[in-house]
Amino acid sequence: MATLKVPVTATDHIQGDEDAPVTLLEYGDYECPHCGHAYPIIKRIQKHFGKQLKFVFRNFPLSEMHPNAEGAAEAAEFAGAKGRFWEMHDGLFENQDELGEPLYVALAESLGLSAPDLGKALMDREYAPRVKSDFLGGVRSGVNGTPTFFINGQRHDGLPDYEDLVAAIDARLSRAPT
Amino acid sequence: MAQILAPGTVAPDFSLHVTPDQKLSLSELRGRPVILAFYPADFSPVCGDEMSLYNEILPEFQKYGAELLGISVDGVWCHEAFTKDRHLRFPLLADYEPKGEVARKYGAYRDGDGFCERALFVIDGKGKIFWSYRSPVAVNPGADGILQALEEMPK
Repeated sequence: MATLKVPVTATDHIQGDEDAPVTLLEYGDYECPHCGHAYPIIKRIQKHFGKQLKFVFRNFPLSEMHPNAEGAAEAAEFAGAKGRFWEMHDGLFENQDELGEPLYVALAESLGLSAPDLGKALMDREYAPRVKSDFLGGVRSGVNGTPTFFINGQRHDGLPDYEDLVAAIDARLSRAPT
Repeated sequence: MAQILAPGTVAPDFSLHVTPDQKLSLSELRGRPVILAFYPADFSPVCGDEMSLYNEILPEFQKYGAELLGISVDGVWCHEAFTKDRHLRFPLLADYEPKGEVARKYGAYRDGDGFCERALFVIDGKGKIFWSYRSPVAVNPGADGILQALEEMPK
């Protein structure tokens, strides 16, 4: 069973209660249709589990297949460096069919972020090392496609659908110390 | 179910088509590590299927000087179409005639199904199996085991 090799730290993008007994971590790609499909499912799961769950997102752009995946990931990291990661993340998945710099600029502006700064960060590949580091950590952890989920550090080999993820998280919760 | 060949075993040599008019033998690659990845079929209907994933990770394998070979019972024309579709940058071998003969030698053939297991072999520069792993056929094994084996292999 593949296990997460890079522990979740404060440098990660984390949503939810810090002390939640279950951590759901996704390695995802903004251009991957399966990740797009999983996006609203994650929202439902977060709502369902509330304070019992925290969610972490890491980049795993499959650039050979998805030409916009890397740029989108870097744009999200740009927003993340300004404290607006999740807004950008949501905007990217909600507009998955329009990935490209015009979308990143529009999203940045809607968040009050500087469009020229974003353009420069993308041009300079400022956030490429961060994305690469996520990717390599994922490879080492046995990420086997996108999305790949880890629940409390164990790879979830079931389906990335609502029922399956809820069941897997429930199984973790019943084992977690209260 | 057949057992896949274990570490320490000499990797059976083979000579298989990589393109319609070109063959590749394992023995040609002596002197550097070889990753032999058996997989069930071209064109699995998912993003980041095993071969596409390895294609993305290829630069990491190359850091160890390793050569990656994909192998399935699909024919050369099918491999050619698959390679083109997924922009693969490594060779796919056609274990096509006699069907599955090489997979059988590695214990990686599924008799009832007529295709290969998801079996990975990391072969050292002397042609000996250093690490092997069989994943459940529905589970893409990822690349963590391969990279760990390459790291642990004596130089």
